[in-house]
Amino acid sequence: MNYRTRRTINRVYKIVLYCLSIFTVLPLIFILLYLLKLGFSAINFDIITKVSRPVGEPGGALNSIVGTIILSTLAVLIASPLSILSGILISEYPQNPLSKILEIWVKLISGIPSIVIGIVTYLWLVKPVGRYSALAGSISLAIMMIPNMVTSTAETMKMIPKEIREASLALGANYGQTMLKILIPVSLPGIISGLLTGVGRIAGETAPLLFTAFGNPYLSLNILKPMNTLSLLIYNYALSPYKEWHRIAWGAALILIFLAFTLNIISRRAIKRWTT
Amino acid sequence: MEKVKKISVTGEGDILSPFNYIKRIFEFRNVLPFLANLSGALVALIILGFLLTLGAKSLEFAKNAGVANILRTTWNPIAEEFGGLPFIATTVLVSIIALGISVPFTLSVSIFIAEWKRKNMFFDVFNTALDLLSAIPSVVYGFWALFVLTPFIRILQLKLGYPPYGVGVLTAALVLAIMIIPFSVGISREVLKLVSSDIKEAGFSLGATEFEVTRVVTLPLAKQGIIAGFILALGRALGETMAVTMVIGNFNAFPKNLFSPSNTIASLIANQFNEAWGNHQSALILLGFLLFLITLIINLLGGVILRGAKHEL
Amino acid sequence: MKKIITLIMISLAGTLYAQGVELTGAGATFPYPLYSKMFDVYYQTTGVKVNYQAIGSGGGIQQLIAKTVDFAGSDAPMTLQEEEKAGGEVLHIPTCLGAVVITYNLKGNPPLKMTPDVIADIYLGVIKYWNDPRIKKLNPDVNLPKLVITPVYRSDASGTTFVFTDYLSKSDIKWREKMGTGKSLNWPVGIGGKGNPGVAGVIQQLEGSIGYVELAYAKQNNLPVAAIRNKAGKFIMPETKSISEAANVKIPSHTKVSITDSDNPNGYPISSFTWIIVYKDLSYLKERRKAEELFKLLWWVTHEGQQYTESLDYASLPNTLTTVIEENLKKLTFESSTVWKK
Repeated sequence: MNYRTRRTINRVYKIVLYCLSIFTVLPLIFILLYLLKLGFSAINFDIITKVSRPVGEPGGALNSIVGTIILSTLAVLIASPLSILSGILISEYPQNPLSKILEIWVKLISGIPSIVIGIVTYLWLVKPVGRYSALAGSISLAIMMIPNMVTSTAETMKMIPKEIREASLALGANYGQTMLKILIPVSLPGIISGLLTGVGRIAGETAPLLFTAFGNPYLSLNILKPMNTLSLLIYNYALSPYKEWHRIAWGAALILIFLAFTLNIISRRAIKRWTT
Repeated sequence: MEKVKKISVTGEGDILSPFNYIKRIFEFRNVLPFLANLSGALVALIILGFLLTLGAKSLEFAKNAGVANILRTTWNPIAEEFGGLPFIATTVLVSIIALGISVPFTLSVSIFIAEWKRKNMFFDVFNTALDLLSAIPSVVYGFWALFVLTPFIRILQLKLGYPPYGVGVLTAALVLAIMIIPFSVGISREVLKLVSSDIKEAGFSLGATEFEVTRVVTLPLAKQGIIAGFILALGRALGETMAVTMVIGNFNAFPKNLFSPSNTIASLIANQFNEAWGNHQSALILLGFLLFLITLIINLLGGVILRGAKHEL
Repeated sequence: MKKIITLIMISLAGTLYAQGVELTGAGATFPYPLYSKMFDVYYQTTGVKVNYQAIGSGGGIQQLIAKTVDFAGSDAPMTLQEEEKAGGEVLHIPTCLGAVVITYNLKGNPPLKMTPDVIADIYLGVIKYWNDPRIKKLNPDVNLPKLVITPVYRSDASGTTFVFTDYLSKSDIKWREKMGTGKSLNWPVGIGGKGNPGVAGVIQQLEGSIGYVELAYAKQNNLPVAAIRNKAGKFIMPETKSISEAANVKIPSHTKVSITDSDNPNGYPISSFTWIIVYKDLSYLKERRKAEELFKLLWWVTHEGQQYTESLDYASLPNTLTTVIEENLKKLTFESSTVWKK
């Protein structure tokens, strides 16, 4: 094969590669623009100030926005102390038998389908207690977050060079000080990035909430009662025949995407700070 | 935290007065392992309880209805018929079609990203769009598919002489493919970046073209990692619920062709769990448990291969 | 750290912020447009929140039995099996009357006439195209296209399905033998929609589809409805008047009566009551206050609430039924004393 043929093949390869890539990403960008377009045309003052209205009447998504915020926040509050401490257990006490079991188990359940988590939370917290509740919903979301957060915390802390720890101890700091002043601050961006990725995943999650948070047309702050979320709103409104509800659902989708986008950017900033 | 500082700075505590003894218990270095063990135990307990709950309910089905019951083809809860085979088959079918559709696109995009040297605006937009797409919730993809994808499929079906349902196996597979492309690109991109540039540059300095370097050097080295990415994407597709539920057509039987409506395990559970009781409920839980086991095996396999690949590079 | 503490405080405050009583119900989508309107008005006037989630009649009944909701909505009375599982006496309180209509998506929304045997054969997959001779024969003036019929059924366990199949079982022998009556069936053809809104949504999108939904869903979305031939041989359009005609029968005190396939020559043949189902012993609500509020709500829905039925295309309860309902409501107890007080 002479040089010219090889050059030609290379050129063809490059063109095919570029075309295929652009052909893949363009539709994806088209989806994104489509969502943004419909979302922005749907966003108005009513969506963020009014609650759900009876069937067919225009209303807003305030109750769902508040619900999404409460459920996600609560899930983070439940999941992060458990996951961070479990991550510390795995990375700092590797000889502990519990730590070994945990490391494997957490990997086992990290890809568990969310709907299965919904089933188990229903059996644990809805049926025995005798009511659907936002709390059950956020616990199901927390269970979704825990495996990945434990792993990301453990891996971040394991990557801290041993010298840093030794230097701190050599300077006379005790273990507690080293932990609080050195190890945790150094790994914080990694932990936060894991946390934000988790939040991004659960904020739009719907499946487990069908059997736990259930939905509520009123603005409710009581976590022991059913609550609506943006994702439940989109599911119910999208399948309905009402144009006005479709519009509100597009608006809700935009709010969710915006949320995911913000979290994504923050977490990538965090990773950057941590790696450089 | 205040307490911790005071104790550690003064460094007292040689004499174990009762007061100091209590103080020492609350010292951070003693509290931390305690808390870590406590949370670790709690997380382990949650996981164990999770598996036990699923297992117990599945056993309940095996005891009351017989496990052979799930291996039939008719699903009719009113008549106590719980044939789950159509859903298992559809779950696997839809995910594999989705993976098949996504492979060429994922490959080209990840090679493109890994080999594209110049950093510019276009590259940034490209990358950001991919990251953003992987963050869009499943229910939003379902919503989009219901209103944008189904009309196209309907036109296709009319042209090919199928009933123009719009929803069905192929529609669900297409949405899933779109959903997993950003995910598997994310993994392959990472693996391709790990291929050391020394080897590639050695290739270029010997006069190889980009095509030859990719074919002879990069791809063989990254092959394992890319395959792992596809396996993990398959695991993700299997358990995907909302987008599939919205466009699969909710038909409780084997799909007759690519355009037929059907149900996956996840969409069946989403549709019926709230109204199920007795054997119907435990049948759904057993199917959920099976889904969990299938994804578990796929994820473990993908994870092992990926770790091996990263280790080698 | 301060922020996290503040957030915890806010969440805790939320927990304690349990102002007033909130009732949770779940079930039928059939009366959902009416219920959501009624409960909204009820909240505006009394301040009591009634959270009704339309998950389908089957879901409502199961969740009432699981005691995760305070009341269930259903257009199908509980089956014997369900009542046995309930483990306590339940009361069916009728709230309004509605019609299951046959609606479809064809260019130009032509008015169609249908007979039970044709509907049954469409859903059995025997009649596959719109220009089938049997549909043509019923509608000689309509230019029917050669288009595949897509039957749309309910993917959830549904009272609407129960009413629809109850009618077909009564009026078509083949249906009775092959399919029977039930909240969820093993459909041979078609696609499934979630709830009445889901079915209406599919029909609105999909040309050539046919489905069964409550009248209000067809009316609100300007979907055409078919006139159905009743027992007397007349083609009747679903309207509040023809629904009321069908309900003009003697109603037993338990109110669990099927009015499909009515003998009344002016009655629409696929009409039905819809019920709110509660346990007679309301102790599962745990608070007496809640039991009282539920009693008040049911009283309001069956009395003052009836004024909202007609404007939403439901028929109001027959006057003869009022005393029966009142007698039933007075039977409600909480920890063995009646909830009702003079």
